[in-house]
Amino acid sequence: MLLPSDPAFRVTVRNLTKSYGDSLVLDHVSLDLESGCPCCLMAPSGAGKTTLFRILMGLETADSGTIEGLEGRSFSAVFQEDRLLEGYTALQNIRFVTGRWYPAHELTAIIKHLLPEDSLKKPVSEFSGGMKRRTAILRAILAPADIVLMDEPFTGLDPDTKQQAARMINKYTAGKLLLFSTHSQEDAALLGAEILRLDENGGLCSPGI
Amino acid sequence: MHRFPDWSRRTAILLFWLFLWHLASLAVQNQILLVGPLDALKALAVQLASPASWGALWFSFGRISLGFFMAFLAGLLTGSLAFWKPLAGEILEPAIQFMKSVPVASFVILALIWTGAENLSVFISFLVVYPVIHINTLAGLSHADPGLLEMARVFRVPVWRQALSIYRISLYPYLESALKTSLGMGFKSGIAAEVIGVPGGSIGEGLYMAKIYLSTADLFAWTLMIIAVSSVFEKLFLLLLKTIAGNGVPGKEENHAASV
Repeated sequence: MLLPSDPAFRVTVRNLTKSYGDSLVLDHVSLDLESGCPCCLMAPSGAGKTTLFRILMGLETADSGTIEGLEGRSFSAVFQEDRLLEGYTALQNIRFVTGRWYPAHELTAIIKHLLPEDSLKKPVSEFSGGMKRRTAILRAILAPADIVLMDEPFTGLDPDTKQQAARMINKYTAGKLLLFSTHSQEDAALLGAEILRLDENGGLCSPGI
Repeated sequence: MHRFPDWSRRTAILLFWLFLWHLASLAVQNQILLVGPLDALKALAVQLASPASWGALWFSFGRISLGFFMAFLAGLLTGSLAFWKPLAGEILEPAIQFMKSVPVASFVILALIWTGAENLSVFISFLVVYPVIHINTLAGLSHADPGLLEMARVFRVPVWRQALSIYRISLYPYLESALKTSLGMGFKSGIAAEVIGVPGGSIGEGLYMAKIYLSTADLFAWTLMIIAVSSVFEKLFLLLLKTIAGNGVPGKEENHAASV
């Protein structure tokens, strides 16, 4: 079951600035994000990608700047860490955020596209790092959300599973607002995303607004 | 890695201590000072054959268990309340500290004045167990994984589902450790209270009579009975907890009990 996509919407970020003490993490970042148009944030480590995601998700507040278009929008996310309930199975982890949105048999069929069948009854604590990452991706794309944020979603995935994961992401986030971060241009191409670059001071270098 | 199976090693250790006990009793040669294991077992067999002993067991076990269950529920409730509403926790804190620090004997005398001897062990086991459960409930909930809580917040997971998953999982090991500690404490202090209050038809009365008649064999027999009953109760209660609340809890070896 694919979620019905809402009419197109836009999120506008203007002059977002964030510091931790003397360290300037985001320096007047401005972005225009639109549903149905995946965007990839590329930046060196420590350039503020995670901070930007956290501000968008409402987990932190910016020192200055504005974000418009988030009102009433629901989120899902792949965090930098997997953040899974380790004693739960993949199905239980996904059900934790989706509730009864999908019938169990349908959800199981979807999960099998990214995880081996013999893993379905195991708690994720017994999963490899790549399997945990795929579970986190499944959780994010299957949750009923308007905005999907993914912080380096392909970390720990081999080329084959990365391709499979990208196909699933494209399928289940169609029509949603997708913003993800990566260090690889190939990852951006897999998801057909427009590339936005943050420089090491957390300023946006391209494309200009 | 040990060469022998677990059960055989445990049995051998138990037999070693029983043998040592037997040797000590032979050395002392005084049935009042130290009775041997065989005499203690004989006295236990006599007690097990007596309906009055079963009545005493039921009397004490029922009351101590009632106090324990009440303390468990109350501690869970007030520990959760203290977590969600820190002001409530601050209000409760002096009472918890009071219960922790006042000697059980003082409470026993107070309870004798208030409630009489019959329900003394209910009151005392409650007082001993309640602060342990309260403190560990608060500690367990406070140690919920902040990363998971953030995840749940982003995904807008309903609070009840967070409580049944994230908080339950963080609470479980604390509660398990708290139960292991407090179950034994509840039984010990409940029986000690009965020995002071001497309610009729209780194990405490049996122990008191053993003291009066200098019957060390009876004292040991009652003690063995208490150990057996409290061990079975502990195992059953922990199994019940695991069945109800242990689903999805990753294996944890470390001791989580908050200090009380």
